[in-house]
Amino acid sequence: MMAVKYFHHALKFRKEVCIGCSHCMNVCPTQAIRIHGGKAELTDNRCVDCGKCYRACPVGAIIVEQDDFSRIFEFEHRVALIPNVLMGQFPEQVSINQIRSVLHELGFTHIFEVEHGTRVLEGAMKQYMEQHGRKKPLISTFCPAVVRLIQVRFPGLTDNLILLKPPLDIAATYFRKKLIDEGAKSKEIGMFYITPCAAKIAAVKSPVGDDTSDIDGVINMDFIFNKVYTSMKQGHKGKNFCQVPSLYTLQPEEMLWSLTEGESSRMPGRSLAIDEINNVIEFLEKIENGENADIDFLELRACDQSCAGGILTSGNRFFTVERLRNQAREVEMENLPHYHQEVDESMESYRGFLMENIGVKKVLPRSMEKLDEDMKQALLKMQMVRDIMALLPSVDCGLCGSPTCNALAQDIAQGRAEITHCIFIQKKYEQKDWLNSKDSMEILKEIWGEEKFGSQKN
Amino acid sequence: MHFEYSIEGGNFSRAGYASSEIKKLLKQLNVDMGIIKRTVVACYEAEVNVVAHAYSGTIYVDLNTDLIRIRLQDEGPGIPDIDQAMQEGFSTASSKVREMGFGAGMGLPNIKKNADKMEISSEVGKGTTLEITMFLQ
Repeated sequence: MMAVKYFHHALKFRKEVCIGCSHCMNVCPTQAIRIHGGKAELTDNRCVDCGKCYRACPVGAIIVEQDDFSRIFEFEHRVALIPNVLMGQFPEQVSINQIRSVLHELGFTHIFEVEHGTRVLEGAMKQYMEQHGRKKPLISTFCPAVVRLIQVRFPGLTDNLILLKPPLDIAATYFRKKLIDEGAKSKEIGMFYITPCAAKIAAVKSPVGDDTSDIDGVINMDFIFNKVYTSMKQGHKGKNFCQVPSLYTLQPEEMLWSLTEGESSRMPGRSLAIDEINNVIEFLEKIENGENADIDFLELRACDQSCAGGILTSGNRFFTVERLRNQAREVEMENLPHYHQEVDESMESYRGFLMENIGVKKVLPRSMEKLDEDMKQALLKMQMVRDIMALLPSVDCGLCGSPTCNALAQDIAQGRAEITHCIFIQKKYEQKDWLNSKDSMEILKEIWGEEKFGSQKN
Repeated sequence: MHFEYSIEGGNFSRAGYASSEIKKLLKQLNVDMGIIKRTVVACYEAEVNVVAHAYSGTIYVDLNTDLIRIRLQDEGPGIPDIDQAMQEGFSTASSKVREMGFGAGMGLPNIKKNADKMEISSEVGKGTTLEITMFLQ
């Protein structure tokens, strides 16, 4: 049976670089990685693109795919859709104006902060909560890694997801429409999102609960940061550079939306914000048991410090948060001159249009926990897992190429591994003369690759 | 297939562990999501009851393709009047406890509401046995 591929993945494993160290396998929160032939292998449908593996890889064998930057020049109108965390990547002395100017110099004709989309979204979310308040807790769909995590590990909670577009899509829809209304042709508009994480790329390439995306391409934030910062270091300040004041275009609450508590602090009733994927998993376990079900709203983010901790960010996440909070405070306290009013008024005139397009389709459960589609078979396999677990040592050493003894037992029950992959079993079998040392060496080579057993270094 | 989990009376930090384990099993068996939800809510409520009121207890789970049977057997004070305990809002908790937000008397009725079948028997001074049955077909 051909497995259906549910998701597009932005994380790519480069076999030629992988050294089979198993760091990625051990940190994966959905147990999507196995080692075979000395290389990490990904089970596509289990992966939620959280990027834990990317961070853990010591040799850079895992990469985040992106669109070629030169693609922007295929379009006459080249829009950079930037999340505000980009502004938090640079040191204090770099002004927002400078960043914007250099982005223009690189070739973008327009720059638009995706957080402008939160203006319309906030109202829509409150309305949604009023209409669907009985389905407690309602869960934000802001973080695409969390949406997928819920699909594969907590399928029973897919009904709780707030079926509204994230700010990025709203911003893209608005800006495209605005340009068209100003006379641009749709096919001449290229919208490029500067992403802080892999999950957002995957969400653009295969939108959850939606068929198409208004976004034409995705460029990694670290790539843009390096390009912009290098240009600055080389003395380019941008054609439109002016010293002060900084041109803030977002309202304080919009600036903070992508940080932890950015959404929960804006929502009515009892709301909670949880960041970092393992914290999210622990909490969802409780929610699924019906514990603390009187929470109205949950903001869940896969990265520690939310988007400031995205895997494609360059700045330290704590400094980024500090910088963005300072910016928000500055706008609030000093009422600096900024042109957000113009954006606000323009977006306001499109509110009706945006509200019509803000909904997404039902998010379907994609449970990856089941041992078999057929319950009878699943029961047999479950019994098998139990029997195998009685033999395995429960030390979770990972030498079998599966992350835990339990994962190995499940792999065996599903015909993807052998009991002799376990090093403890190998030793036992050797003692009983059921396996000779040559065969057991072959098994280890099969899992970890020939190279690891090459000539001894002295 | 048969599974057993022990429950320690008074240890709230572990309350819910067995329910989570049972939930995992049902997910692995590809049981309908709606049934899993109802089972886990009923089971969790019952597990917490044992932690709150009994000295110790055991959860026995039997499952096959037709049904899930969860039996919670505890050693504890028992329930003197089960009919009364089954009424919504009935609680033996003092007004002080109720003020703190506990003892709303919704536990057992909530289990009954979620379970396909529920049976309860109790002996004062000995303990209580609660059986939750869920039909899968």
